[in-house]
Amino acid sequence: MAAATITVPQSDMPLSANLRGKVGMWCLIIAESAIFSIFVVAYLYYAGKSLSGPTPAQVLDVPYFTSICLFSSSLTILLAEKALHHGNVKRFGVFWFLTIALGVIFLIGTGREWYRLIYQDGLTISTNLFGTTFYSLVGLHAFHVTVGLIGLTVIWLFTLFGAVKQEHSERINVFAMYWHFVDAIWVVVLSVVYFITR
Amino acid sequence: MRRSDDHREPPQVYGSNQIELAWTVIPVLIVVMLFLATARVIAQVQDADRSPDSIDVTAIGHQFWWEFRYPGLGVVTANELHIPVSDSVSPTPTFLKLLSADTDHSFWVPRLAGKTDLIPNRVNQMWIDPHHTGLYLGQCAQYCGTQHALMLLRVYVDSRSDFDAWVRSQSRSAVAVALTNADAAKGREIFEATSCINCHTVRGTVADGRFGPDLTHLMSREEIAAGAATNTPANLKLWIEDPDAIKPGSLMPAMRLTEQDLNSLTAYMETLR
Amino acid sequence: MASETLAIAPTGLSTRSLAERLHEWAVTVDHKRLGILYIGYALVFLVIGGVEATIMRVQLAVPNNHFVSPQVFNRMFTMHGTTMIFFVAMPILFGFSNYTVPLMIGARDMAFPRLNAWGFWMSALGGIILYFSFIGGFGLYGAGSAPDVGWFAYAPLTSPAFSVGHSTDYWIVGLLVSGFGSIATALNVMTTILCMRCPGMKLGRMPLFVWMNTVMAGLVLVAIGPLTAAQLMLLIDRYLGGHFFDTQAGGSAVIWMHFFWIFGHPEVYILVLPAFAIVSEVIPVFSRKPIFGYSIMVAATVSIGFISLGVWAHHMFTVGMTSYANAFFVASTAAIAVPTGIKIFNWVGTMWGGKIIYKTPMLFCVAFLCQFLIAGLTGIMLATAPFDWQLGNSYFVVAHFHYVILGGIVMAVFAGSYYWYPKVLGKMMNETLGKWHFWLFVIGFHLTFDFMHVPGLLGMPRRVYTYEASRGWEIWNLIVSIGVIFQIIGILLWVADVIWSYYKGEIAGNDPWDAWTLEWHTTSPPPEYNYAEIPVIRSRRPLWDLKHPEDPDWKYE
Repeated sequence: MAAATITVPQSDMPLSANLRGKVGMWCLIIAESAIFSIFVVAYLYYAGKSLSGPTPAQVLDVPYFTSICLFSSSLTILLAEKALHHGNVKRFGVFWFLTIALGVIFLIGTGREWYRLIYQDGLTISTNLFGTTFYSLVGLHAFHVTVGLIGLTVIWLFTLFGAVKQEHSERINVFAMYWHFVDAIWVVVLSVVYFITR
Repeated sequence: MRRSDDHREPPQVYGSNQIELAWTVIPVLIVVMLFLATARVIAQVQDADRSPDSIDVTAIGHQFWWEFRYPGLGVVTANELHIPVSDSVSPTPTFLKLLSADTDHSFWVPRLAGKTDLIPNRVNQMWIDPHHTGLYLGQCAQYCGTQHALMLLRVYVDSRSDFDAWVRSQSRSAVAVALTNADAAKGREIFEATSCINCHTVRGTVADGRFGPDLTHLMSREEIAAGAATNTPANLKLWIEDPDAIKPGSLMPAMRLTEQDLNSLTAYMETLR
Repeated sequence: MASETLAIAPTGLSTRSLAERLHEWAVTVDHKRLGILYIGYALVFLVIGGVEATIMRVQLAVPNNHFVSPQVFNRMFTMHGTTMIFFVAMPILFGFSNYTVPLMIGARDMAFPRLNAWGFWMSALGGIILYFSFIGGFGLYGAGSAPDVGWFAYAPLTSPAFSVGHSTDYWIVGLLVSGFGSIATALNVMTTILCMRCPGMKLGRMPLFVWMNTVMAGLVLVAIGPLTAAQLMLLIDRYLGGHFFDTQAGGSAVIWMHFFWIFGHPEVYILVLPAFAIVSEVIPVFSRKPIFGYSIMVAATVSIGFISLGVWAHHMFTVGMTSYANAFFVASTAAIAVPTGIKIFNWVGTMWGGKIIYKTPMLFCVAFLCQFLIAGLTGIMLATAPFDWQLGNSYFVVAHFHYVILGGIVMAVFAGSYYWYPKVLGKMMNETLGKWHFWLFVIGFHLTFDFMHVPGLLGMPRRVYTYEASRGWEIWNLIVSIGVIFQIIGILLWVADVIWSYYKGEIAGNDPWDAWTLEWHTTSPPPEYNYAEIPVIRSRRPLWDLKHPEDPDWKYE
């Protein structure tokens, strides 16, 4: 087709192909949200329907500290993104590492909580409906944190070896979207599990 | 490829707002009317008032048979439901409370009413109001396992007097086996000495199992194995000997009895009227 | 046309060994090859699913038949349903979408070619896992057993107590894995359509095929998740002793139904929208007119997408929901008839006043229109809850959804296969064989599925391996089974046509149908990079503009 002779007005131009990472990540986030929402619905539906104890009120404590850590990691990753955008790779590496550290603290917190629930309170995934829905929902989130941490660590190692540069800023943004999503999901899980139904 | 001889395309029409509007609005109106009519019927069926003369029956679905209990009448039977005929002057509808002992089932007698599922850990209900006596065939309508196909169901709509007579005979305990029939008496001993009693009830004896059908008035039923075979001595014997021959996948175990014991057991079954 | 100069000589295909060529296909990230892989893989499963259906119809042809045992019959309908939905219909339509969408929007490939390959191989792995159950169902020592819980696998039949062995686990894991593949593919299709369009292709200029695949991809993204979640819960129940669907521990059997159908009903539209997409391309070309009411078609597609997310419990009218819940799902289900009706009217409006060319693709589209109309009408009947109380879970429902899937979706797939075959392989399909395929298949379809409504009306429930002679169902079941013979011959003719035309077919050229969308602008088959020069468009029918410079579309849009 005689492409050269036709001038396309700006309003007729589709989205740039450079945006495909972001669009793809949004699609993934939508699909993941659908999975999470079913687990949340199951949790809410079965709240208070367990035939035996222990109940959430007896055994759950709100994980304030680790939640604050996880939420702060969204801020640190944002600062890391900004740093890379401005080409400051060193600063990027520092904030990226902080993000990893905060995520690890969160996971350790979850691990300690589960250890206590299993060995002190006798709540396992097969104890009652609360156990089943609790470990599934919180576990699904913890799995996503773990996947995120693996990704973060790989990128951090690349940074250490000097492979991350300013031109990767957009890709880093795409990955950071996933981490923000994992944080946002925790807002939902935290409020459903530790506040609304406790 | 040539599209037509004269090589001309037809007029290129891109659409028409009026026509498109018409075939959007008219279906919307049809859908609204359909919804209103449907909603009315749903309310009439689901939120119907229970008349004081109604009969209560609890139907419990099992793999792969039906248990019917008549609370208040003291009747427990299986697979063949007897209900009184109703009429518009003095309606005696039957209200069914639907439960399940294992998997999902569905109560469906096409000529009496739509189906309603029997779901474990859930109480459903439906009602039927037949105006003609007779036999109505139905069967399980929700896939429930291997023998879903042969989980048949018979509803006998009896006249009021027939129904009352049926209730009187069904609410009796099993009549003691006459000592003259030594074979049947031996059969009863075998029945009570084997695992039969773990699953089956014969009221008035030690047999009080709940897993299988109540056999107190077995011979009053026309079919065995939830409609898989007619209730004849030969079929009964075969059923006890090798249930898979009649209904493969049924949960009734083969009893591995001698020929003589089988005959005695069948003779005992035949006394359960 | 510029593209004629682009034709590149085949680069010594014959000199490469079979192993090299297989390796090339295995590692390919080319959207066209992946599209062909999807379709080929679906065809293999189509044969398998067809054999399963045939076994069922032989068993049911006469009452009290002993052709197969109840256990085998139950495996057959479970595997038939699962196979046809997840490993035939979805991959074949993903194949069409993979092959055609980038070409239609003037792109050189999908947005994420490697993810595309990953999605395909995950789907393929899912099918293999499902079928491995025949060998591994009881563990390695047993005789083998496929899943027998029905394709919607209602709890608690799937609990370890009622489903011993591993057959159900293969079902769960197979669908989980193929679900990940589907999500990846949908993500890719969506991103490709949003970000990879050629200059000038605004959303409002995309072919309807692309629009409908956009909505399909969106539905996959939101609907597969619930299935994945429900399958994970079932795995937790079966392996970790969880209680999600354990009615003994207070769990609910009904919530599985909700979760399954929250996926299951959008799934119907995931399948039917790409079929609509094919029909929306073929009908205009063979009527020689643009699609009637493009904007309202797009609006109807998008609204079908949204409404379809709120209709799932019409599969559950018999589980004892409240009258208000039932009324709500009656309303939402009936509402979806409006946009669907608009589509049918618009297709007829496109044909109205056109110069209709009854080539095989168009014949299948006409059959699609008639049959989908009937499917929609029985659908509305079943959407009214009181009617569904009577006929839900009966053979009437089986006839209804086969009307949708076979009478609608498969007819569109046939149409699409005849329509794009020249583009994919560069040869025309044989018209005579095509017409024989059409008539035999349509006759077989109507013998089978028209008469299948009747035993349903007479009270025959679905999923029964046998029935008594006394219920008046025999003659209808016999006719239904006879129809299968015609369908099998029809399908064999189709396969024969596909193979014969590959070797002996007429050379197609770039644009055998005198069509208007971009894929006909490049060579047949297209080069690996699709377009040497990225096209620039000014209307919905770029090739019309090119062929009619005196009367281009962009003057009217």
